[in-house]
Amino acid sequence: MRYESPDTLEAAAKLLAAESGDARVLAGGTDLLVQIRSEILSPALVVDIKRISETRSIKEESGGFRIGAAVAGAELKEHPTLKKVWPGLVEAANLIGSTQVQGRCSLGGNLCNGSPAADSVPAMIAAGAVATIVGPNGRRELKVEDIMLAPRKLALTKGEIIASFLLPKRPAHASDAYLRFIPRTEMDIAVVGCGVSLTLDGSGTCTAARVSLGAVAARPLLVEDAGKALVGTKVDDAALEKAAAAARAACKPIDDKRGTIEFRTDVAGVLTKRTALIALERARKA
Amino acid sequence: MKHKHHVTTTVNGDEVEYLCETDQTLLDCLRDELDLTGAKEGCASGDCGACSVLLDGRLVCACLVLGVEANGKKVETIEGMAQGEKLHPLQRKFLEHAALQCGICTPGVLVAAKSLLEKNPNPTETEVRYWLAGNLCRCTGYDKIIRAVMDAAAEMRGA
Amino acid sequence: MQERVKSPKFDIVGTRPVRPDGADKVTGRAKYGADHKVAGQLVGKVLRSPHAHARIRSIDVSAAAALPGVKAIVTREDFKDQPSEFVPAGEMLINYRDVVRNVMAREKVLFEGHPVAAVAAISDTVARTALKLIKVEYEVLPHVIDVVEAMKPDAPLVEETMITAGIVPPPTKPSNVAKRVEFTLGDVEKGFKDAELVVEREFTTQPVHQGYIEPHACVGSVSEDGTAELWTTTQGHWVARAHCARLLGWDINKLRVTSSEIGGGFGGKTVVYLEPIALALSAKSRRPVKMVMSREEVFKASGPTSGAHVWVKMGVKKDGTITAGEAVLKYQAGCFQGSPVQPGCMCAFAPYDLANVKVVGYDVLSNRPKVAAYRAPGGPISEYAVESVVDEIAEKLGMCPIELRLKNAAKEGTKAAYGPKFGPVGMVECLEAAKGSPHWNGPLGKNQGRGIAAGFWFNIGGETTVNLQLNEDGTLTLMAGTPDIGGLRASLAMMAAEELKIPYEKVRPIIGDTATLGYNFVTGGSRSTFSSGLATVEAARSIIKQACGRAAKLWEIPEDAVTWDNGEIKPAGDNAGKFKPMKLADIAKVAGKTGGALVGVGAISAQGAAPSFGVHIADTEVDPGTGKVTVTRYTVIQDAGIAIHPAYVEGQFQGGAAQGIGWALNEEYIYDDKGRLQNAGFLDYRIPVASDLPMIETIIVEVPNPRHPYGVRGIGETAIVPPMAALNAAVRRASGVRMFELPLSPPKVLKAMKEAGKA
Repeated sequence: MRYESPDTLEAAAKLLAAESGDARVLAGGTDLLVQIRSEILSPALVVDIKRISETRSIKEESGGFRIGAAVAGAELKEHPTLKKVWPGLVEAANLIGSTQVQGRCSLGGNLCNGSPAADSVPAMIAAGAVATIVGPNGRRELKVEDIMLAPRKLALTKGEIIASFLLPKRPAHASDAYLRFIPRTEMDIAVVGCGVSLTLDGSGTCTAARVSLGAVAARPLLVEDAGKALVGTKVDDAALEKAAAAARAACKPIDDKRGTIEFRTDVAGVLTKRTALIALERARKA
Repeated sequence: MKHKHHVTTTVNGDEVEYLCETDQTLLDCLRDELDLTGAKEGCASGDCGACSVLLDGRLVCACLVLGVEANGKKVETIEGMAQGEKLHPLQRKFLEHAALQCGICTPGVLVAAKSLLEKNPNPTETEVRYWLAGNLCRCTGYDKIIRAVMDAAAEMRGA
Repeated sequence: MQERVKSPKFDIVGTRPVRPDGADKVTGRAKYGADHKVAGQLVGKVLRSPHAHARIRSIDVSAAAALPGVKAIVTREDFKDQPSEFVPAGEMLINYRDVVRNVMAREKVLFEGHPVAAVAAISDTVARTALKLIKVEYEVLPHVIDVVEAMKPDAPLVEETMITAGIVPPPTKPSNVAKRVEFTLGDVEKGFKDAELVVEREFTTQPVHQGYIEPHACVGSVSEDGTAELWTTTQGHWVARAHCARLLGWDINKLRVTSSEIGGGFGGKTVVYLEPIALALSAKSRRPVKMVMSREEVFKASGPTSGAHVWVKMGVKKDGTITAGEAVLKYQAGCFQGSPVQPGCMCAFAPYDLANVKVVGYDVLSNRPKVAAYRAPGGPISEYAVESVVDEIAEKLGMCPIELRLKNAAKEGTKAAYGPKFGPVGMVECLEAAKGSPHWNGPLGKNQGRGIAAGFWFNIGGETTVNLQLNEDGTLTLMAGTPDIGGLRASLAMMAAEELKIPYEKVRPIIGDTATLGYNFVTGGSRSTFSSGLATVEAARSIIKQACGRAAKLWEIPEDAVTWDNGEIKPAGDNAGKFKPMKLADIAKVAGKTGGALVGVGAISAQGAAPSFGVHIADTEVDPGTGKVTVTRYTVIQDAGIAIHPAYVEGQFQGGAAQGIGWALNEEYIYDDKGRLQNAGFLDYRIPVASDLPMIETIIVEVPNPRHPYGVRGIGETAIVPPMAALNAAVRRASGVRMFELPLSPPKVLKAMKEAGKA
């Protein structure tokens, strides 16, 4: 296994593209190293992207934020303004693993690991985040909801790396929230994850809403019907019930060691309501 | 012919060098190449925290860092925690509170707790519990660990 | 916060000094199993079965043996078959015929993870590569995982010829049921006739792992002359020595075993897994061989405790008098016989003074790893079921669950269904303490409920040796042979210091290896503070006697004219006042002139272990939207006899409770349809983390054990017994549903709440 740590995204993409065997991007390594140790993966090349400044910084851009794909969860939390604008996204990223894992894990890694249960992905989808991708043929942009296609399967071609994510500018009275269900209080993989982003007008009526669910299908879902159920309402009980029903209807979960189909579907509805209420409360104050 | 990486790093303030293969973790390098066995391997998957160390001041699991990644960085381990002849207040409070039974998780818990108190000198019980959620202990039920950390924090604040 | 019911009248016993091994354990200096390194050591790795059940047709190691850097390979050919013979290991029995097959598969692989071959190589990478080159041809057989399935007549047979023991006349057909046991007292039929209310329920529990954070690890080194050294993390190095010597056909004195510091055991490190393999690899390569299990190997191939199916029927009068208790216990043994069903049967109704009891147990094989002891092996399962029924009876009678238990509580003179009459025991005292506790009388919030349950464990004594030497300067070195897992050194030093009337710091306790001390049975059965404590007291009293003899020699008076008076050696009787009293340190100085070193040896088979009863109170909050159970408050009340070091007694209470909470809420083994374990890691085998638990309040009840000089009872195990039933009762009151299956995981609780219209 070779190890490279180039200084530029272009050089990284070139290395990845040129490797004939399995080549992997190393950001925080909190998933990759586990998979190498347990011999699930045996890459011929590991490309560490943490020396590339674009992947490691948080910048304000076009009134929003551009977050490097390898910025650690703990760094997101420590950023002076990010969590005021995108509290849901930051709390989602901070639910990945332990404090120790927070010191390393990244949004890019969480997405590219290709797990339907990744915590930060529904929050990014709800936020309308757009990824900047660098590959041997240059740069392109892709909405986060279009990146993961199925477990361990991404819409990236050989040599492509996610460099950063752009979170759009927030209007007034907008906020987000993320909740997940796990059997313990920490250290588990989400059984259901739910991200909600809401915008209200001056009277408190919802003008825009995005609801995303994790761990209830082969990929994280943008549940458009759940968002629609909230738009034009005061996010009252009836609207929440409708959104929850839409969330349950969108679920295509499996029975596995972490939960049953019935349980995941029920809890998706419960979490949709609870997450939306937190986002509502925050949006009112924002 | 494969070659090993030549890594130069600072461990507990001392500059050290080691050779490692790409697939050796920082934990493997500390334990097998540098004979610093205070950090333990309980799971090799980042789920138990027994290998907690600081990497450039950031709390990490040494099992989730490649040895080669430590090049040019600063590593702090349990072996560097006591201050000269004196135990760190956390170490002392762990002994006074009987906050360890078998002691296998203790080095990791202490390193993690020290990192917490550097960031937050006055944590609530809940904050301590969540900060240490990645440090598994099977012996104590955590009660005395949490008390020892809170007590050490109070002492360090001069309270 | 912490509370003591009685206070001791000793100088040192009952205080809370810092443990002697503490500094090493907070600085990273203490050496655990995987921390030992020997020059020239090889890396040993095990090839394990990918199948739950398969016949091994052939093993071809030629390609692996040809790989440069591979120094030795062992398979079933390297371990001699052993005759069937049961010997004690911890609180369970093992059979060498099975031990050799558990260490290395023979005719068949019997569970996923069963060792098939092992290699020793110059590096981890070479060892891993070599494992991939070993070709094993399997004939995959149908497997069985569940205990109820395994008892069906058409179940795949784990042992094709096994006939159930304990049934007269013996069955003619083989089955997976290894044995049937029965314990009876009085006449249950009559008892049920006398009852005014009968409750009959069935319960299911899942296997749970001890979950020690330190994986199994050892270094074995065999010399050309056949002598060997073994460094290993174990609860009993004499027992490990016996097993290894037996399996390898060596004289016991050839093998010297050193126990490393041990990173948790809870019963699971009373068994040998890697040790015979490391020694066999070293014997072949003549190089030291180090072996360390991965966490996945720990979960797949080291013993959990049984999962079980339990049927309980209890009859009661309207005033709360229990008239009869009956139970049938079906325990998984794993792939070899020897589940803890017998102690499970014996514990089931032990907290109660009952006239009519019948308990039947079945020890059942399935294609899982052979179970190992786990803290009070067998007890938590049967007592969970019985205590859950007791709770339901209290509810149906409209009676306080503490009053119901007080009405029937075991006390001094109670004849237990398993035979003996109890001496002084603390069941009533624990219940009274619970009744008066702040927790029992405290408030509850919305969606919260409170449960209570009792627990019992026997505790054991056994072979124990302690060596106490008086050094030239008057300090003492205490050598014990029961590995210190949770503060034992402190307790032993305290008892020695109390006995000798010297400061605690003057006694340095260490754990000796098998060549330096007489035989010691394992640290297990909550026996170490009790048994090594007894041996320590005996050794200390021997030192006192010898010291008095030396003074007599110096003073030239008869030995019986010298007395020991609270730390001073004094002339007595006619000689009283004639010589200046001497202290131990004075004798130490003149030891050379008066006959040589003073060494006290306590070599005993400790008798008089006394049971410990406990009562736990649990508050839970159940989320009606998700079924998630949160423990909001928890109190352990337990009889410790006398707490030598109360902080470590509290620690045992808290740790046992936490393990029980994990057992109750989330821990389980999840298999796929091919019999492969799906959650062999700490990610999905969910032991409690710090944020899952509240502070665990403790009340130490002290009903001294009259058969120990300091009143000690074993206390390590009882605390894991009550949590499952206490939480089950708390969940009932918080959610409105009564559950009959562990763990109380959210999908199950939510489903039950939905069905009952409570979600």
